Amino acid sequence: MGTFDWKVIYDNFPFLMKGLLTTVELAIIGITGGLLLGIIVGMARLSSKKIIYYPATLFVNFFRSLPLLLVIFWFYFLVPLLAGRPMGDFFSASVAFIVFEASYFAEIIRAGIQSISKEQMQAAYSTGFTYGQAMRYIILPQALRNMVPSLLTQSVVVFQDTSLAYVIGVREFLRSASIVDAREMRSLELYAFIGVIYFVICYTMSKMSKRLEAKRGMAK
Amino acid sequence: MLAYDFKWSILWADPYGSWMLEGIWVTIKLGVICWFIALFLGTLIGTLRVTPWKLSRLFATGYTELFRDIPLLVQLFFWYFAAPRILPHSWEMYLYRGIPNSEFWIVVVGLSLYTSSRIAEHIRAGMQSISDDQYNAALSTGFTQFQTYRYVIIPYAIRLVIPPLTTECLTVFKNTSLAMTVAVLETTFMSQQIEAYTFHGIEATTGACVVYMIITLTVVMIMGLVEKRLAVPGLITRR
Repeated sequence: MGTFDWKVIYDNFPFLMKGLLTTVELAIIGITGGLLLGIIVGMARLSSKKIIYYPATLFVNFFRSLPLLLVIFWFYFLVPLLAGRPMGDFFSASVAFIVFEASYFAEIIRAGIQSISKEQMQAAYSTGFTYGQAMRYIILPQALRNMVPSLLTQSVVVFQDTSLAYVIGVREFLRSASIVDAREMRSLELYAFIGVIYFVICYTMSKMSKRLEAKRGMAK
Repeated sequence: MLAYDFKWSILWADPYGSWMLEGIWVTIKLGVICWFIALFLGTLIGTLRVTPWKLSRLFATGYTELFRDIPLLVQLFFWYFAAPRILPHSWEMYLYRGIPNSEFWIVVVGLSLYTSSRIAEHIRAGMQSISDDQYNAALSTGFTQFQTYRYVIIPYAIRLVIPPLTTECLTVFKNTSLAMTVAVLETTFMSQQIEAYTFHGIEATTGACVVYMIITLTVVMIMGLVEKRLAVPGLITRR
């Protein structure tokens, strides 16, 4: 039984924090990119035109039936091929997160849009709004507000998911801990440390979403 | 443009085809074992969360929060690399070298605990949707607290939460792919091993994708049958 030696955390603190920063960057890219793409796909999922509805539905069901790990590998091989040159693992991981998380955000957005009554859309049309304007100024702002708790919960999931970028060598939080571990052989301290940091961040975020859920008012 | 020579035959050519089949078998084994352990543990913890005793509620809440708010991959690394360090050295060596396939069982521990915390949340939601009258009625017919949960509340709650449990079941099978990081030879690991041998990453990864899709579709079908069999009469169910 080894003794605890927390000095390893102290010594490698800047390196570990750089990893955490990469994790946060990946999470922000995944959340904003996934949300924007998710809004488009979510709207497409409610389209009455078959040519829009079916590809969007296929997209969502396709990515939701796959493990994220495989999607990350897939884009890791595919992105350099499409770009014609090496793009780096961070870029590949970003693309994978945006596309994968978009399929989850899309379903939340769809539920959000469906929570707004049809009359609002008809009222918007009758005042002369186009579809795009009605969505942009009337439906989406309310739909997003209704879905804030779910969106926050999904954001916590994205934040946790970024740890999977480990497999293609992105130096995020988990990878940086394992690099330090390979040198210092202090698994217990290192993995306990990053576990605690992940816990504190995710716990705070999910508590925030619970509080928002308790006090929000629903738009109809 | 696409300067890439597709060669799909690597998916079935010898020896890669048999690697893939072995990987699929490990994925299914891992998923099924974890699913049943997690279902049992999750039901237990979910029940503890709604019992009248404060201490058990506190324990169950702590349990779910702990396992839900740490990424699964970090948990697997913790169980694989860090946790054995707490044991005496000889035990640690026995764990890694003495037990055949120890990494498989370490993943079973990690994935089951993680999944059980998610299942517990669904079970809790299901139980809270059952009215107090049923609970009181059971008690007034002379059931003990334990019997009430065992024969009335839990069977009813499980039947109510089958749709979200279906999603969890899919998640378990998708999450088994993370076992590759600790060298469990499952589907994703095998597909990446084929990539390492042949440099045909896209074909190998696509092949693994198809495998997971078939698994998820099968799970959806089985759970659909279960849902129909166990539907509570008188409630709105799917056809």
